[in-house]
Amino acid sequence: MGDASAEERWRDLDKLLARPGNIVSPIFEPSPQLRDELGEYVRVLVVGAGGLGCELLKDLALSGFKNLEVIDMDTIEVSNLNRQFLFRIHDVGKSKAEVAARRVMERVSGVNIVPHFCRIEDKDIEFYRDFNIIALGLDSIEARSYINSVACSFLEYDDDDNPCEETIKPLVDGGTEGFKGHARVIMPGVTPLKFPLCTLAETPRTAAHCIEYAHLIKWDEVHRGKTFDADNPEHMQWIYSEAFKRAELFGITGVTYSLTQGVVKNIIPAIASTNAIVSAACALEALKIATGCSKTLSNYLTLLGCLIIGLACDFLRESLTRYHILQVQRSRGLHTKVTEFVRDQSCLVCGPGTLIELDILVTLSELIELLGEHPKLQLSKPSITQQGKNLYMQAPPVLEELTRSNLPLPLFDLMGRAPRGIIHATGFANKNGKRTSCLRKLRVVFKGVVDEGAANVDMAGVPA
Amino acid sequence: MAGETKNKYDRQLRIWGDQGQAALEKANVCLLNCGPTGSETLKNLVLGGVGSVTIVDGSKVDIGDLGNNFMVNKQSVGESKAKFVCNFLQELNDAVGAKFVEESPEMLIETRPSFFAQFTLVIATQLVENLLVKLDKICRQENVMLVVARSYGLTGFVRISLKEHNVIESKPDHFLDDLRLHNPWPELKQFAKAIDLKVADPVVHKHTPYIVILVIAAEEWAGMHGGCFPTTREEKKEFKDLIKSYMIDLDEENYKEAVEAAFKVSASLGISSHLRQIVNDSSCDVDSSSPDFWVLVAALKEFVENEGGGEPPLEGSIPDMTSLTEYYINLQKIYQAKAEADCLAMEHRVRTILKRIGRDPDAISKADIKNFCKNARKLYVIRYRTIEDEFSSPVAPELQKYLTDEDISFAAGFYVLFRAVDRFAANYNRFPGVFDSDMDEDVARLKAIAIAILTEVGCHASALQEDLITEMCRFGAAEIHAVAAYVGGVASQEVIKLITRQFVPMSGTFIFNGIDNKSQLLAL
Repeated sequence: MGDASAEERWRDLDKLLARPGNIVSPIFEPSPQLRDELGEYVRVLVVGAGGLGCELLKDLALSGFKNLEVIDMDTIEVSNLNRQFLFRIHDVGKSKAEVAARRVMERVSGVNIVPHFCRIEDKDIEFYRDFNIIALGLDSIEARSYINSVACSFLEYDDDDNPCEETIKPLVDGGTEGFKGHARVIMPGVTPLKFPLCTLAETPRTAAHCIEYAHLIKWDEVHRGKTFDADNPEHMQWIYSEAFKRAELFGITGVTYSLTQGVVKNIIPAIASTNAIVSAACALEALKIATGCSKTLSNYLTLLGCLIIGLACDFLRESLTRYHILQVQRSRGLHTKVTEFVRDQSCLVCGPGTLIELDILVTLSELIELLGEHPKLQLSKPSITQQGKNLYMQAPPVLEELTRSNLPLPLFDLMGRAPRGIIHATGFANKNGKRTSCLRKLRVVFKGVVDEGAANVDMAGVPA
Repeated sequence: MAGETKNKYDRQLRIWGDQGQAALEKANVCLLNCGPTGSETLKNLVLGGVGSVTIVDGSKVDIGDLGNNFMVNKQSVGESKAKFVCNFLQELNDAVGAKFVEESPEMLIETRPSFFAQFTLVIATQLVENLLVKLDKICRQENVMLVVARSYGLTGFVRISLKEHNVIESKPDHFLDDLRLHNPWPELKQFAKAIDLKVADPVVHKHTPYIVILVIAAEEWAGMHGGCFPTTREEKKEFKDLIKSYMIDLDEENYKEAVEAAFKVSASLGISSHLRQIVNDSSCDVDSSSPDFWVLVAALKEFVENEGGGEPPLEGSIPDMTSLTEYYINLQKIYQAKAEADCLAMEHRVRTILKRIGRDPDAISKADIKNFCKNARKLYVIRYRTIEDEFSSPVAPELQKYLTDEDISFAAGFYVLFRAVDRFAANYNRFPGVFDSDMDEDVARLKAIAIAILTEVGCHASALQEDLITEMCRFGAAEIHAVAAYVGGVASQEVIKLITRQFVPMSGTFIFNGIDNKSQLLAL
């Protein structure tokens, strides 16, 4: 297609990109070439090719983005078809990422979408570094947490504990449940047990209690060693009938197969319209950030409360200290609210992290002990990672075995003999009398090591 | 096949249930104009399994459509847009009956109004003011629901129009449970009395459900306060202290729950003002032509004034709480029993009223009456002004307030500018800013029109920001895909609420503000 044709095709979008305006970003440079530049230089990663991902790919492609990649480890299921509109019944079983990419490229000529049929943890940090914008269409807190910490691990801080602009990666995120959609504040940490153990074991009252009993307790008792697979209908049927029996015993009603699936799989009700709204909002923000064609929410990307959002490409100049959350609520109609949050300095994921000063001889296992005794952290049984690399994993057994050999090694060596570095520790801490899993960011500084980089302003101690 | 359908719709059935789905599948929806806004609206409905759709659009696909409409492609250029969008939608869900009419909506509105009578609901996109007013009249006449949606550059709006919409299953996000702790009935009191709070067994002590704790505590309190429950702040605090005094251990979850729920004992008697408004509505004066909803409300009114003793029928369910299984199950049974008794009384009244107004006493099923009783406290009645009314006599003070409120000013400004661009188009046969060469003049013209509108309405001309006027011209009536998708998403969500009669549809005009995302619902 020649240039004239492209101009015709994008005539509506060009009204925003080629025309000057008064309510635009201060760095906006309207021109007929802006769309070309957007297409050529901006690389966007869409994480997730489900309800949000499908909408995002369409919206981004029709917003002038030309370099898209999409990553999703799932295959298409029948229950996806009420909203994941890029898939058809004959696609069931195929990779979501691959089918979605193909379908959008078929309909929007000129866009290039590279699919990745794998887990997000399977890609190393360098893969994510390559993008200017990362747009999230994820349905699990763990996945979001992971991406969150990946993006945060890029962050380098200057002497005043402010993030260095060049290292900030913009993230656009959406989440939906039923009629509710929002870009949520993601608190790092794993989702704790839904119900107290004693309720499940001793005093069940609801159908859900009976189901979780069968799922979490009875299964292991009867099927020693065999892992429960929520996608195996026979397993699910077993859970259902056990739950039903237990319910009958206690005089509890309401156990159905549908509820069983819902509870065990943590099914989130989902519809097309909500996904469409949230994705469109995200795509629009991405367009505005990338081109400056309008005001963005205080000049940077929407979302994810504790995540610092900024722009790695050339367009943004300002440093970020605040972010907004887009909220779309249902019952009384539609209400879009913009809430401003001030960055939480003590945020455990995107804040500078807890300072840990260590001798270079301290071993990994000694560090782990230290974390349990640390007055502020009191982390028990922590797993330690550095930039996504597993230094020591408490579980699952396979990983524990693989990383056990790191325990007696000096942390200094494991961290590449650098004078300082960031590691993440996931363990159990006591919160309000309950043991919950949490993620902590640790800023390790090794004593007595000459630091050729910036001045060690954050060091409380004095080099030996 | 049925199993597969159930699987496909599983995620949405968990929201609106089989009845909601059935209502969707019976619906016949008409879409006017299938540009991006209309197409995206319809896409969400087709995916959800709406019964049938008819697309009305007389235009041909041009190259510019390829840049913002996902449902057309290179092959369709020069062909009927309605046909191609229809084909695409049909592929999304073959259970939906998709048709198209290659006509301009304007033609049908002006010359064939009876066309619209066949539909459950009409979605009108990208229509200008004068056509909207006419369409609205037609839909009101034919009793067809109307949802208006439009996108324009970085702005857009959605507006519902129908005479009256009644919702029984409003399914609010947060709604207080119906425990009647402020007004316990004899069976509940009896059950609580039979339980000894001071039981020796510590396990039983900390598994006595908070409902029982509060009924006993409230009775003890009333005994010491002339039969009254705690009302003042001081009293409420003392009441909590009383509850705490029953604890034998600081770790007793059930007592903590009781303290947290203590405020329920102080609730005011009777129905909410919201419900009172509904039962006092003149529509309660039913006759043979009254919709079933009002017959049910009439019965509710009688119930409240008689068996209810000022209260509506008991909802019947109780939330989960720390408790021995046996106590909990028994409490559930007590609440269910009263709910059933209330429902029986309601049923009797419903049948009597039906007979009185000359209708078949069995016309409303027991299941429907039961559903109504469960949702009695959450009923909603929404009445919408006609579009003509809204345009000819907008609520000036409201508009003025919106225009000067920092959070709402852009949205309110766009509301006025939508009126202005339509008037511009009526005068100049095109929208402002469509051509680069006319930009400066168009800004001046649009400004003049906007000021005129504001003055007509009785608002200050200065209230509208100059920059917004320029921005509206900059948009040049462009349809931006992301904006269309957003507006389409909102519109489709409202359509679903209207058709399923669940959840509460918006009242007023929803203005999308893509500049700073401060979208608003304007009640005008």
